[in-house]
Amino acid sequence: MKNCFIGAAIGAMIATGLHAEEVLPTNVAFNDGAIEQSLSGAPGDPNNGRIIVGDKGQGNCVACHEVTDLADVPFHGEIGPMLDGAGDRWSEAELRGIVANAKIMFEGSMMPSFYKTEGFIRPGNAYTGEAADDTFGPLLSAQQIEDVVAYLVTLKEE
Amino acid sequence: MKKLTGAILATVFTTTLASAEPVDDTLILNEETPIVTRTAAPAHLSDALDEVLSGWLFRGTETRAMQSDDFDNPGMIFVEQAMEAWETADGTAGKSCSSCHNEIESMAGVKPTYPKWDENAGSVQTLQMQMNECRTERMGAEAWGYDKGPAINMEAALSSVSRGMPVNVAIDGPAQSAWEQGKELYYTRTGQLELSCANCHEDNYGNMIRADHLSQGQINGFPVYRLKNTKLNGAHSRFKGCIRDTRAETYAPGSDEFIALELYVASRGNGLSVEGPSIRN
Ligand code: HEC
Ligand code: HEC
Repeated sequence: MKNCFIGAAIGAMIATGLHAEEVLPTNVAFNDGAIEQSLSGAPGDPNNGRIIVGDKGQGNCVACHEVTDLADVPFHGEIGPMLDGAGDRWSEAELRGIVANAKIMFEGSMMPSFYKTEGFIRPGNAYTGEAADDTFGPLLSAQQIEDVVAYLVTLKEE
Repeated sequence: MKKLTGAILATVFTTTLASAEPVDDTLILNEETPIVTRTAAPAHLSDALDEVLSGWLFRGTETRAMQSDDFDNPGMIFVEQAMEAWETADGTAGKSCSSCHNEIESMAGVKPTYPKWDENAGSVQTLQMQMNECRTERMGAEAWGYDKGPAINMEAALSSVSRGMPVNVAIDGPAQSAWEQGKELYYTRTGQLELSCANCHEDNYGNMIRADHLSQGQINGFPVYRLKNTKLNGAHSRFKGCIRDTRAETYAPGSDEFIALELYVASRGNGLSVEGPSIRN
């Protein structure tokens, strides 16, 4: 019985490509809204982060935020603050916390929680309108969060 | 070179800013019927909004112009189809709508009060449900599918003869519990994006969300002809699309939840003119 359980757990780890150092969405430790340690256990790639922030199918952050550095991406929203200078205003740990779950830093924020898998009302299966199934995962993976954070850190006001 | 970029940036900036606000424009239908597209918020909404605004004010110049003249409004083609259906007998009783109601113009004033409490049914009914009640109980005809072509076209025809009249749905008395349920749904943050109707349409109307200019999400203009799918669209189908976009499991058109939500959203537009069929993106 016990063995069976561990087997299943390992199976799940392989299926999701989980590294030993990766922090699960349900295990994230927030400190005043910030997250000190890397969620993937690896450093982020700012170039990929830049793509994720602008890509409709990934972070789609520009749906709500304007970013001057991403002027090549059309249609920036104006729901949240402009992200220019976010790297001056916030530390890396704070940015990680904001992207993973902004509602801890900003109570009641409209910003979606990108690294959260529990506590939703009527969660769906992506944009199908159907109920979520067992493929349900966070909006961004641990490594994608790290990449986005690595990019946000570079957004400095000259 | 530097200067040039500055000038370009300035233009981009002003266009964005200009689009951020609802336009200052008035809608006169066919040069004769004034349409109220902005008015004081109804009392039940006064702690949330000062003014209620039709979605018309958030659309581009051409789209707005198209709606001001029935000859330019593609939604009217579907209204004409429904006008024909109005006169055409259907079902085992051999009756048409006109057998009981005469000219469709006699329906002026009906659309503004729906959804409303129906004593016999013991529930709040939408206009489409009322139409289907006539079809199944008085005509011996089959019910039309919710928000499907024949139903939505007839709803648009019924709306067209009430254009210019103020939306005026009752929210008290026996309708109150459905209204409360609709309100609850309006403020519930659903789906993986945890967004409520209010997040977008109350807190952020006038703002851009990516390429979309957020309106107050009013339904005084429904059914709407959408340039996107070139047909008439019902309010429940719009609700479904908006909820799906929060990465949520939606409700079905015609469901109790959407009936309640329609009553509540309609009540947020009490005082705006009936506008359907309107034109939207
Ligand atoms: C649906 C809207 C929405 C989306 C999508 C969104 N945000 Fe936000 N974000 C907000 C809002 C609103 C705030 C302001 C915080 C508050 O008071 O709620 C905010 C705040 C922030 C801040 C702090 C702003 C500052 O500079 O002070 C950062 C950084 C941020 N968001 C990054 C992101 C990133 C990165 C993404 C995508 C991975 C993203 N946001 C997606 C709405 C959004
Ligand atoms: C993530 C943002 C978002 C959420 C949440 C949302 N909507 Fe929308 N809605 C839009 C956008 C974008 C449009 C198209 C532009 C417009 O008309 O506002 C729209 C359009 C509408 C329209 C059409 C208005 C018109 O004049 O044609 C209605 C009605 C509407 N929404 C109702 C709702 C209701 C009810 C809910 C909640 C169940 C809801 N919306 C939730 C973004 C949203």
